[in-house]
Amino acid sequence: MSTGTTKLDVVVSDVVPVNDLVTRFHFRRRDGELLPTFSGGAHVVVEMRDGDRTRLNPYSLMGSPLDTREYTISIRRDDVGRGGSLFMHRQVKPGLEMVISYPVNLFSLDLRAKKHLMLAGGIGITPFVAQTSQLAGAGGNFELHYTCRTASLGTYADVLRERYGNRVRLYHDDREERIDIERLLSSQPLGTHLYVCGPAGMINWVRDRAASLGWPSETVHFEHFAAPQPGAPFDVTLAVSSKTIHVGEQQSLLEAIEAAGVDPPYLCRGGVCGQCETNVISSDGKFIHNDHWLSEEDHRSGCKIMPCVSRFEGKSLVLER
Amino acid sequence: MAAKTIISRPIYGTLSPQPGKHHLFIADAEGALAITDMAGKAPAGFFDGAEIVFIPGPEGKHIAAVEALKPAQLHIAPSFASLLPRLRQTLTNAHMGLRLYLAGTEGLIGQAMQTALEAGIDHTSMQTEHRGSLARRMQCVHCKGITENVTTQPATCSHCGLLLLVRDHYSRRLAAFQGVCINAEDRSDIPPMEEAFP
Repeated sequence: MSTGTTKLDVVVSDVVPVNDLVTRFHFRRRDGELLPTFSGGAHVVVEMRDGDRTRLNPYSLMGSPLDTREYTISIRRDDVGRGGSLFMHRQVKPGLEMVISYPVNLFSLDLRAKKHLMLAGGIGITPFVAQTSQLAGAGGNFELHYTCRTASLGTYADVLRERYGNRVRLYHDDREERIDIERLLSSQPLGTHLYVCGPAGMINWVRDRAASLGWPSETVHFEHFAAPQPGAPFDVTLAVSSKTIHVGEQQSLLEAIEAAGVDPPYLCRGGVCGQCETNVISSDGKFIHNDHWLSEEDHRSGCKIMPCVSRFEGKSLVLER
Repeated sequence: MAAKTIISRPIYGTLSPQPGKHHLFIADAEGALAITDMAGKAPAGFFDGAEIVFIPGPEGKHIAAVEALKPAQLHIAPSFASLLPRLRQTLTNAHMGLRLYLAGTEGLIGQAMQTALEAGIDHTSMQTEHRGSLARRMQCVHCKGITENVTTQPATCSHCGLLLLVRDHYSRRLAAFQGVCINAEDRSDIPPMEEAFP
């Protein structure tokens, strides 16, 4: 059960290939009304009904928060993932009726900031497209540093440069261009907030450097939706509902719990929001924690798991669910 | 030591060295001792990148202890009002990586925090340690005037003269506790005045 959110019945109004890997999808409400308002950094969970299988994946909204006639998301094709992005790229065409969640923002701007410093890696650019629209409309002070593999894979780099000029700086991996992180972080005026969205390695690197250069944690914001990783199948006992379930190779633990008719709370399905946090009653084996919610201490304790993205290998696992 | 009564009542910690490129200390009177105590835990060379702004107060104590830390800059000020223009200038020109440490009376911590909040530092990012007097800065909720160094309960507003109950209700924005008329129904009802914040 999605916590505090209701669903939106939408129709795909457009599908636009952006480059070799990324496609943009536009949604409008089926009843023709305006969509709910949102703020830059918000995401929606898209329900993908693929035969007898339903996947629920979170994607950042990238349109302007000032325009709620449609929502837009951009999806990078992942050929080795669990198939959500491939489904979107191959099966979703204009006119298809879909269901998405209300927008939820776990990566919002702190509008008390004197300046917003944004660091994007790859497809992590999408929340910043919405946030820069929001800030530009309000005369906000921002600077965007965007790392991409090559110019042709620099999704929306051209659009953002066109809109914001020198406020957007591009770094191309193939030209060995790198963010000079020490210099960048040391030269920001007091009251700057830092936002980073991209691969886990980039987020960890930026957070680590920021912390050691004296950026208080309140000023460092990050978002990384960990897509649920496939893995070896395993069995789980749900103690509260007295059920034993099997988690398939391509299935997340949360999806398996839902398939058994148990409805745990969720929001982001990406290991970020904390809603689906579940207590472990007993275990004999190894946890594969993939979330950004639990502390390292929680991970080591073996007492908690985030079933949206984390897995288990071993003899037995009993959850309080 | 301040006890938590209502959610807005500030709670202070113990200064500890933070990672950062520059360290700005603002202290009054006994607050100097919070800095010297912290110095024992600080890595070598910590004060090479530090500025200390110190208000010794009328007795002029602890100046030598602060000097002995050999901070990169030391500024001795006669009052908070006198150091405010300099503090604003420092914060305006500062970069991320500056860490702020506030030690001493509640009035000093509150006013320095108020200035730092305006400069964009989150209050949870500041290190604070209460030392010395419990005297309060109080805003009269009726006339809005601020009375400094309130030590009694109730207290008289230095602007409008009303007799005020000094509440634990605190405003970070105003850097003041709220004072509410204690005898609004019957002004002739004057409760005894006690030394509550020595």
